Amino acid sequence: MILIYCELTENRQIADVSLELCTKGRSLANELGTTLEALVCGEGLDGMESQLYPYGVDQVWKADDARLSPYRTLPHFAVLSKLIAERRPDIVLMGATCIGRDLAPRISSRLRCGLTADCTALEIGAYEDKAKQKQYENILYQIRPAFGGNIIATIVNPETRPQMATVREGVMKKEVSDPHYQGRCTRLDADAYLAEEDECVRIIAREIEQRKINIKNASIIVAGGYGMGCKENFELLHQLAQALGGEVGATRAAVDAGFAEGERQIGQTGVTVRPKLYIACGISGAVQHRAGMDQSGKIISINTDPEAPLNAIADYTIIGDAVKIVPQLITCYQKNKK
Amino acid sequence: MSYKIVVLVKQVPDTQNVGPDAMNADGTVNRSALPAIFNPEDLKALEMALQVKDKFPGTTVTVLTMGPERANAIIRDALSRGADKGVIVSDMRFAGSDTLATSYALACAIQKIGPCDMVLGGRQAIDGDTAQVGPQVAEKLNLPQITYAEKWVDISGSRIRLTRRLDNGVETVEATLPALITVTASAPDCRYPHAHRLLACAKAQAEMWNADAISPDMERLGLKGSPTKVKKIDNVVLAHKEGQRVETTETALNGLVVSLMKDHIIG
Repeated sequence: MILIYCELTENRQIADVSLELCTKGRSLANELGTTLEALVCGEGLDGMESQLYPYGVDQVWKADDARLSPYRTLPHFAVLSKLIAERRPDIVLMGATCIGRDLAPRISSRLRCGLTADCTALEIGAYEDKAKQKQYENILYQIRPAFGGNIIATIVNPETRPQMATVREGVMKKEVSDPHYQGRCTRLDADAYLAEEDECVRIIAREIEQRKINIKNASIIVAGGYGMGCKENFELLHQLAQALGGEVGATRAAVDAGFAEGERQIGQTGVTVRPKLYIACGISGAVQHRAGMDQSGKIISINTDPEAPLNAIADYTIIGDAVKIVPQLITCYQKNKK
Repeated sequence: MSYKIVVLVKQVPDTQNVGPDAMNADGTVNRSALPAIFNPEDLKALEMALQVKDKFPGTTVTVLTMGPERANAIIRDALSRGADKGVIVSDMRFAGSDTLATSYALACAIQKIGPCDMVLGGRQAIDGDTAQVGPQVAEKLNLPQITYAEKWVDISGSRIRLTRRLDNGVETVEATLPALITVTASAPDCRYPHAHRLLACAKAQAEMWNADAISPDMERLGLKGSPTKVKKIDNVVLAHKEGQRVETTETALNGLVVSLMKDHIIG
């Protein structure tokens, strides 16, 4: 059995990242010939299961209690760790969000099972432990770039269950498998899961900021790397994005250098995007960055370095300084638009 | 009132500057081939601890790391910035530890250090970005965890109030000590070393503890205690596209824009 821990948005919808994991979980469950289950913890969850069934969830577990909303580590930990102990899933998937990255490691420690953070692909396959001369079938391959992006590592947990992984929002595709799919829903008795000592952290205040920047759904992205040189040059990318009706993205190096806000970061530890058009300006193309944009429809790479790895996956390569070329593109576009 | 604080720190390879000999043939990291730095978020955790010490004299700050002897460099750095004591747990038997085995060894070492009010650490280390060790240590010590902390706003008796930086905002929480706190990148930078302490700490040595010193269950250490195995390591192969080179002339750039408009990729 595969279990998805579902997160809720501020307006009590199942978060996209969780629906993406349900989609992936369904296809893994089909491959393994097993069932897909989902846990939702929160308050006011009536009817929530109907959001999950179309993604092929066979069984929804609901823990509906005031102590579970908003999210706090210990109450959610109590419910999830106990449900895993009862249901013994083979695989548990969670979003690599503030919540999933807080909860998953505590669960893995309690259950002494392996956990891989920020996977970019999940597959099923065999594993041979040569030292122990043991063969394992139907193992979850947890695949992620590692170590400065120089390598792609395939991680397995042959001996321990569940096999746990976190995945960032946007990495997997969200797809309804059957709009009329009918699963079952069971309410968990929260009192049987929660204890007094789970209350030792209290939330005093929450200031939720509306997401101002939404690059995930932009159909055109103009992205800049460290090669843009400075924050002022990033302003050119904003001008091009505005002209084309797109958004500005950035590499981790550009964000770390202060050229752009963290919400704009594209890649393994940022957002994964699939726009119609991706214009990469001064981006060399580390594997972590490519993991977040290589499924874009068309890619234009503007770089002074003809050997930049990003050029290899680009549909169009322009060898030159983006600071000069971006204004030229704006002029060309405005001229042709009329 | 004073507090006993342990700060978990890590010496990390500077992943911004990776050379060709950075990986061993078996896919593990060749740490000796890389420049080593103080993990940036751990420095921020140290600052948070030192701010508690500023406010509550008598507070002691112990920095703890797992690593080779050369990790003394970051221990000295921490001491020169105001930490009181450094401990390195180091043993060949820790080799091959994943986050679970690492957190187990660290939790055993914290128990040996003795009862403490706060365990602090960076949210994540730049060589793995997993953010797992903090919550795993918290679970092993049965402490509540407060992740992504930005600053503490109030401490009185055994109550601490902190702000946390989340994906979509800021949360203020109050917890009962003892607790484990992980500190995020937006927290204040660490103060510089004191000049007089730099000299005094130039030759300081951390206490070195081997596996026997922290009296663990040996089965839970190193490769044996690590449920995650690396199945394979692939070099990054670029899926090569037959891309088109566009010259930087006005005619060529204009041609590109026109063709994208014709295909309705831009409108």
